[in-house]
Amino acid sequence: MERGETFVIIGPSGCGKTTLLKAMAGFMRPASGTLRIEGGPPREPGPDRAVVFQDFDQLFAWRTVRDNVAYALRTARKFSKNDALRRASEALALVDIARAADRYPHELSGGMKQRAAIARAIALEPLMLLMDEPFGALDAITRQQLQIELARICADTPVTVVLVTHSIQEAIYLGDRVMVMSPFPARVLEIVDTSHARDVETPEFARLTGHLRDLLVRA
Amino acid sequence: MNRAADPWSRLPAAVRYTLLTLALLAVWQAYVSLAHVSPLLFASPVAVARALGAGIASGKLVTATVATLEVLIGGLAIGALLGFALASFASFSRFGQDVLGVLSAIFNPLPSIAILPLAIIWFGLRPQSIVFVVALATIWPVALSTDNGFRTISTTTHLAARNLGLRGWKLVSDVLLPAALPSIVTGLKSAWAFGWRTVVAAELIFGVAGSAGGLGWYINNARYFLQTADIFAGLVVISVLGIAVEALFGLLERRTVVRWGMKRAA
Repeated sequence: MERGETFVIIGPSGCGKTTLLKAMAGFMRPASGTLRIEGGPPREPGPDRAVVFQDFDQLFAWRTVRDNVAYALRTARKFSKNDALRRASEALALVDIARAADRYPHELSGGMKQRAAIARAIALEPLMLLMDEPFGALDAITRQQLQIELARICADTPVTVVLVTHSIQEAIYLGDRVMVMSPFPARVLEIVDTSHARDVETPEFARLTGHLRDLLVRA
Repeated sequence: MNRAADPWSRLPAAVRYTLLTLALLAVWQAYVSLAHVSPLLFASPVAVARALGAGIASGKLVTATVATLEVLIGGLAIGALLGFALASFASFSRFGQDVLGVLSAIFNPLPSIAILPLAIIWFGLRPQSIVFVVALATIWPVALSTDNGFRTISTTTHLAARNLGLRGWKLVSDVLLPAALPSIVTGLKSAWAFGWRTVVAAELIFGVAGSAGGLGWYINNARYFLQTADIFAGLVVISVLGIAVEALFGLLERRTVVRWGMKRAA
């Protein structure tokens, strides 16, 4: 994996995509093999590897959207209260939910909750942004909107993104490289370069879609 | 029948409850007046109201209420803090979990009032004995509910907290505690109920010896002098305080867990 790239992991359920991501985040140790991040094994969980989960309850229900982001900045980055609030507002504006800043998470739609979670992760300015099917629980239209915004954010910031997904289209659209995994035994089938395919309408996008689908069917 | 068309359902809740309470008082008064019950055995609402007024005017009922609340709040504070500390300790390690499991298994089934004789030997016929017993009655509901709350926190919330680098006491205070608040409030509610029953029972037993005690003593004392209306007055105070505290908990929940969408409004 290279700095600044968007690396997508795709594969059928049970192939260990999420496990791999959790190991990178430091939530668990690999049962075998070694994992190296910046030359060493992943340390304890920390905000240098910010995680965006699929479940909406990754946001703290007892804090407003703004406070969720500001709290993360104060705790993980030792920001002063004022700096944290200002930075939080900026991050919320970046993902276009500034108007919901003072609401509690349960008052938000699923898409807005994911936007807030992305804002929190981005605001931390992590080395890596680890995303575990972040749009998996959203409807198709919201999902597409968020994909577009994530692509923009990835382009604008130097962050390395690791994205776990089920969606071939999402993988090609967002990914610079796509790693296809297969279960039983879990292994890497192929790493496909998709950095040149961004437009869904092009023949190249269709070709890559077909290729990935073939790989997944065989997996 | 359509509920909306029911005239009773259309009344505001406060009016419905007030009407029912008034009806109950009317039946009570009518029974005492019409059945010619001896005032030594049963007091009428009017007599109870008079006894309440006199008790408050003389300050005796107020003193007793304050004494009871002091002991109760003291015991509850100690019990809740210890219960909370035990549950936090349990959240850190398997060993802590086992300690909580064994201690609560042994002590939770014991009605804490049964410890009162021991407490009297240890602390004497002083309020400390009752504080001790109340603390013992409240520690387990708080510890068990808090522990349950900690353990049923969503995995994702927990992971998100760890991702921010939170661990140890800061993880407990900043994430586990608020995330478990619905359970903690439930624990505090039942701790209050246990404590309330325990303090009154302990005071009734204490009444024999204590010179100036709480509401239990007040009730027991009134019995000596066959002042039945005063007994009722003491009971009314206990019930009204219970309702007030219940309302306080309701307010606390609306301000926190209901507002945060963790619990639906009652």
